[in-house]
Amino acid sequence: MLEGLSNNLQKALSKLKSKGKLTESDVQEAMREVRLALLAADVNVRVVKQFVDKVRERAIGQDVQKSLTPGQQVVKIVHEELASLMGGSEERLRMAAKPPTVVMLVGLQGAGKTTAAAKLALSFLKHQHRPLMAAADIYRPAAIHQLEVLGRQIDVPVFSLGTDVDPVDIAKGAMEEARKQGADVVIIDTAGRLHVDAPLMEELSRIHQVVPADELLLVVDAMTGQDAVHVAESFSQSLPVTGVILTKLDGDTRGGAALTVRAVTGKPIKFVGLGEKIEPLEVFHPDRLASRILGMGDVLSLIERA
Amino acid sequence: MGLFDKFKRGLAKSRDAVFGRLTGLFQGRKLDEGLYEELEEVLLLADVGFETAIWLVERVRRLARETKATDGAELPQLLQRAMEDALADNEADMKVADSGPTLYLIVGVNGVGKTTSIGKLAHRFKNEGKKVLLAAGDTFRAAAIEQLMEWGNRSGCEVIRHSQGADPAAVIFDAIAAARARGADIILCDTAGRLHNKANLMAELSKINKVVERELPGAPHEVLLVVDGTTGQNALLQAKAFLEVAKVSGMIVTKLDGTAKGGVILPIVREYHIPVKWVGLGEQMDDLEPFSASAFAQAICQPDGSSG
Ligand SMILES: Nc1nc2c(ncn2[C@@H]2O[C@H](COP(=O)(O)OP(=O)(O)OP(=O)(O)O)[C@@H](O)[C@H]2O)c(=O)[nH]1
Ligand SMILES: Nc1nc2c(ncn2[C@@H]2O[C@H](COP(=O)(O)OP(=O)(O)OP(=O)(O)O)[C@@H](O)[C@H]2O)c(=O)[nH]1
Ligand SMILES: [Mg+2]
Ligand SMILES: [Mg+2]
Repeated sequence: MLEGLSNNLQKALSKLKSKGKLTESDVQEAMREVRLALLAADVNVRVVKQFVDKVRERAIGQDVQKSLTPGQQVVKIVHEELASLMGGSEERLRMAAKPPTVVMLVGLQGAGKTTAAAKLALSFLKHQHRPLMAAADIYRPAAIHQLEVLGRQIDVPVFSLGTDVDPVDIAKGAMEEARKQGADVVIIDTAGRLHVDAPLMEELSRIHQVVPADELLLVVDAMTGQDAVHVAESFSQSLPVTGVILTKLDGDTRGGAALTVRAVTGKPIKFVGLGEKIEPLEVFHPDRLASRILGMGDVLSLIERA
Repeated sequence: MGLFDKFKRGLAKSRDAVFGRLTGLFQGRKLDEGLYEELEEVLLLADVGFETAIWLVERVRRLARETKATDGAELPQLLQRAMEDALADNEADMKVADSGPTLYLIVGVNGVGKTTSIGKLAHRFKNEGKKVLLAAGDTFRAAAIEQLMEWGNRSGCEVIRHSQGADPAAVIFDAIAAARARGADIILCDTAGRLHNKANLMAELSKINKVVERELPGAPHEVLLVVDGTTGQNALLQAKAFLEVAKVSGMIVTKLDGTAKGGVILPIVREYHIPVKWVGLGEQMDDLEPFSASAFAQAICQPDGSSG
């Protein structure tokens, strides 16, 4: 199916032979294929529409580079716009003026929060920080145990109070413990929850009220489909989300949810997860993901050579 | 609470339920091209994917012609029928061994709900009076064994386990022996989450499958692929890859208690003929329902349960 799309695209693009400036019909034709590519990559339908409209306007009348066909030129513009939409903002984590810095991870069930907590802790460790992880998931069976195993693996302390204590108190306790131990970063692992689960969303707000996070990161599975729009909306409306971690990019998903989440929250994607092994999180490369979302490897490599 | 009610509840929670729009939006309008275009968009928003969206719209168009429907208000019923057509040969029954233990192998990518679904199935089978054994075949993920043991506690089922890092095939080998020795009816085998594009992990799964086939003739009686209902088009690639290495015979679609509609099952059922057997509608033990194509289609197309 994916190959089918790029074949169509190639065909559509090769039909456009006019040189000089991009005409309205050049752009129109190429954008139809771009739209399909974005939809196949799971970019939200409405985000696709806005994006396509905006890029179409921008593209018409632009000069076509000598070495490119008009269709390739359109894809080039689309690629640039995608990359600039997904990137641009400050990627670095905000550190508290007065330690410990608090990083809180939130998201749907199974997105990869606990794994990301350990990877993040390892990244901090590598930068000479002293992280502590807080086990604030009191719901999922063996969630605390999971964090403890990971903590032992990377030699990072884990603070927990069992499953009968309010997560707010666990977060508070972790802060005290961090000060006692001289840890300068506290990473709070929270339970996975649905964005429509009001009491659990409320719980996150309560944690954040008592232990304000310097970074409140929304963890999103890169394989998420159209629903990413609801997830991003709900989490960023009920919490001051500061950034996004995109997980499971080691799969073969096109990862269009990233564009959706970026467009909806306006918050930068700060890190990506590329595996189950606990390794430092990788920084996000907007241009690579833009290529992946477009799924137009051949066209894009042509353009890069041009 | 049945499947239909739970879906309804899920839809009610969503401010912008994808299909919830169907009922209101199309009332009082003519069934014309503009409306079909909007329908296509609604379907895309449910992760149905481009090809199946077109297939469904085409089907609706034909049904409209046949029934001489002209009013937009009739669209939900027509779409419901089209969806039922798409899911036509979805056989939701679970295969059972003629004699000896029945073994179900649960597979899927990371974090989709395999272990939780096993807990729910164990609870369900236990309530039906069956003796159920759980095999902790995920020896990789941190605390995967402890997680399954917690589900064993909750459902009152014994868990056969080795320690972390052990060979999963050996765990399942032991579980089969234990099931024979104890006269268990059902073995539910957990496996580690694995991305379908990782050749070594898929090879491991194929090895597990072979051990099962060898040790227990006729088994695995079902290989259930767990698909996260919030997944987009990648689920199709998952289905294809798991089908190849482990002869997937059915799906469990999880996390349909949120706002995701799990529309991606439509192309999977249509293209790969893998039936949906169960749906997951929450994190608790009884949040698992047998799949029914008509209930699914109705819950999606007519969430208010009006007519149809
Ligand atoms: N391949 C791959 N697997 C990942 C990645 N991140 C997490 N996982 C796996 O995804 C599954 C779920 O990860 P968790 O970290 O437990 O997810 P979670 O969000 O904490 O889950 P809940 O606490 O249940 O909500 C596990 O099997 C992880 O090993 C990633 O970047 N790539
Ligand atoms: N809301 C909701 N959450 C679910 C459902 N099924 C599973 N979950 C949650 O999803 C998360 C992951 O579930 P697991 O059962 O650990 O998933 P898994 O496929 O075994 O994960 P790995 O073994 O890490 O690959 C947990 O937090 C579960 O509670 C469901 O139907 N609805
Ligand atoms: Mg977790
Ligand atoms: Mg599991």
